[in-house]
Amino acid sequence: MIQTNSSLAKERGRLATVLRLLWADKFACFAALVLLTVVLCAVLGPIWLSDEATRQNLRGRNAPPFELERGLMYILGADQLGRPLLPRMIVAARNTMAVAAGAVICSMVIGSALGLVAGYTRSRWSQVIMRLGDVIMSFPSLLLAVIVLYMLEPSVANIVLVLAITRIPIYLRTTRAEVLEVRERMFVQAARVMGTSDRRIVFRHILPVVMPTLITIATLDFAFVMLAESSLSFLGIGIQPPEITWGLMVSQGRPYLTNAWWLSFWPGLALILTTLSLNLLSAWMRIALDPVQRWRLEMGGRKNG
Amino acid sequence: MAEHLLEVRNLSVDFHTAAGTVNAVRDVSWHLDRGETLAILGESGSGKSVSASAIMNLIDMPPGEITSGQILFDGDDVLRMTVAQRRALNGKRIAMIFQDPLSHLNPVYTVGWQICETMHVHHMPDDQARARTQELLRRVGITDPAAAMAKYPHEFSGGQRQRLMIAMALAMKPDILIADEPTTALDVTVQAQVLALLQELQQETGMGLLLITHDLGVVAEIADRVVVMNQGVVVESGNAAEVYRNPQHPYTRRLIDAAPGKGDTREERDRQGEPLLRVEGLQKSYGGFHALKGTSFTIMPGETVAIVGESGSGKSTMARAILRLDEPDGGKVVWKGRDLLAMPPKELFAIRRDIQMVFQDPTQSLNPRMTVFQIIAEAWIVHPDILPKARWKERVAELLVQVGLHPDMARRYPHQFSGGQRQRIAIARTLALKPRLIICDEAVSALDVSIQAQVIELLDGLRRELGLSYLFIAHDLPVVRDFADRVIVMKSGEIVEEGPTGQIFDRPRQPYTRALLAASLDPDPVVQAARRATRQSEGLVPA
Repeated sequence: MIQTNSSLAKERGRLATVLRLLWADKFACFAALVLLTVVLCAVLGPIWLSDEATRQNLRGRNAPPFELERGLMYILGADQLGRPLLPRMIVAARNTMAVAAGAVICSMVIGSALGLVAGYTRSRWSQVIMRLGDVIMSFPSLLLAVIVLYMLEPSVANIVLVLAITRIPIYLRTTRAEVLEVRERMFVQAARVMGTSDRRIVFRHILPVVMPTLITIATLDFAFVMLAESSLSFLGIGIQPPEITWGLMVSQGRPYLTNAWWLSFWPGLALILTTLSLNLLSAWMRIALDPVQRWRLEMGGRKNG
Repeated sequence: MAEHLLEVRNLSVDFHTAAGTVNAVRDVSWHLDRGETLAILGESGSGKSVSASAIMNLIDMPPGEITSGQILFDGDDVLRMTVAQRRALNGKRIAMIFQDPLSHLNPVYTVGWQICETMHVHHMPDDQARARTQELLRRVGITDPAAAMAKYPHEFSGGQRQRLMIAMALAMKPDILIADEPTTALDVTVQAQVLALLQELQQETGMGLLLITHDLGVVAEIADRVVVMNQGVVVESGNAAEVYRNPQHPYTRRLIDAAPGKGDTREERDRQGEPLLRVEGLQKSYGGFHALKGTSFTIMPGETVAIVGESGSGKSTMARAILRLDEPDGGKVVWKGRDLLAMPPKELFAIRRDIQMVFQDPTQSLNPRMTVFQIIAEAWIVHPDILPKARWKERVAELLVQVGLHPDMARRYPHQFSGGQRQRIAIARTLALKPRLIICDEAVSALDVSIQAQVIELLDGLRRELGLSYLFIAHDLPVVRDFADRVIVMKSGEIVEEGPTGQIFDRPRQPYTRALLAASLDPDPVVQAARRATRQSEGLVPA
């Protein structure tokens, strides 16, 4: 009983430390709030607003933003079928996040796991993995997507699959290159002298050193994947209407850019804010996770970065 | 006419860091005359390089700031000059060479091009520059200078590269040559050659030589006058021999006392009985290069065996082969009657505990993302049978006290410690496994002299308390003299000579051992002068 209490207290102490470090970097704090909002929208939005988001109102076609006469839902305007933009964006957050997060996480986990194997062992598997990566890289990703999605149903899961496969080599190569360098460092040698198992060396000594790089790449990739998804939607093999994503909304608004800019602008803004927040947060995380750098945050966050 | 060629007056430099303002040097004054060698002696962090950086305009501002003082070169204050004026001075009238010549030579240009460039910058026509380059290379002792000009830096050895740097620095016949730890990265024999070259060149050209070093031996070998610095302040200055014989400041006295190689050698031990470790015909080659050519030796329980040799002699390869960090190609390593090399992985794992290693650079051998507690306790995660988890905290505290650190330090990360403290942590980590034999691979060579003495003392104390044996790999002979029972001298993968420490140092049999001993520098200028004379007369180290 005492043990669980103390571990609970330790847990709470850790959370407090994280919040304190987050508060020290105001940009990262803001970014965290934005991302929290996006996640809440993705989780709760479709439950309450999916009716609103698909209700057509032909008298309100391309209704301009900031007019309250049609109600609060129309504050950001309406699209070419008169559907209110605000609830549509909130509902679209779910698919967008599902595709982007799914693809990024899948490719990161698979890619870095393969990269760790390829970098750490000197066996033939390392060669096999690297050539596999080369094959994926040399194959045009859009062509792969077209073939796969033409043969399979263009569902969220399949899009995640396609996007994940095409992004794997990036993590694979980065991880392998870093592991090759870290493996030769003295503290890894010291661990080997101690008799440490390979698994422990990889996960306790090598992975934490490689991780910040991977997270930075992943946040950059997040934006790329969201845009790739919208270009698939544009070709008609991505998310199919009436399902919506931010990327799809941008491409649907494109023909009306000259007379109704808000159709593409708001979802575009959401995309930018999300990726920007992710970048800011990953920069903060890189510092907060590194004991050598952490003082920058602890001393009050005057000079971070 | 100015009084001195170069004079630094009351120089103070601050660095504004996030942790507050650091006074790198405070109120430092010294001067350098033509044809004179001045050594600035100090340990890391003493600010010995800062005044030289200020002269060469190498201090980044911000975070650095020169708060007061003057640097007079031929009577003109360098600090008040325009950027263009200073650029005209740098390289032409004041030149500098650095510790690590490889990182200061550009790898993508030929050596000839790089030396010529210095002269091009100062407006010398190309054909003249090339002729002068060739002449310079010949002067610094590079064979076949014409061919050498077309080569790239990686095609030269460390000593040759330092010669190239010297040639480059001398290109414009400077009045002053600043040498920042010019021989620290070099082997002893090469060090002696490079110092001899510097001295010759100085006598030839009459330039002023400013030498920045941490090594009392280098001061004894080459300096006329010495300035001793500690924590940003000049504590003592004067004639080099005078300062050594009659140090005034307590810090100088401490520094001189800490210099290794003065005490008595250990008494010879009885080597009867079963050895702890027996290495037989160990071989290892990398491609066509034979790093170890079948070496054999033994270590008795409680004995300290030192392996000395220059870089490339195979001494580190030996350590790695014994631990099977690199699989050897042939031979036997017998530990308590069992061959380690023929052992299945499981039994080897159990024996891993008994043989541990302390690495050269503690900054790299400790995982920067783990706390000291995690680093030390990892030993018990890997070998759970040593200690139950409940006692970890207590034992870590014990170990930290044993290596001379405070138990509260367990929560800190490696970067919060100094180099010497980090090496203590590394030693505590090896002790956590209760080993019988510790292999020290250049374990003290990255440390300052006074810290070095402390770590050696720690290791020696642990040997007496715990009955440990050491395999002590070093290039630094004086350290070995104080610490080892037996010495093995290695050269290109073979053992040249082996014997008790007293015998090797006082009655060396092989010419190579004699050359190595003659090349090592003694902190006493008088002893060093005598040694230099014998070296020249016997021709042991061709300059």
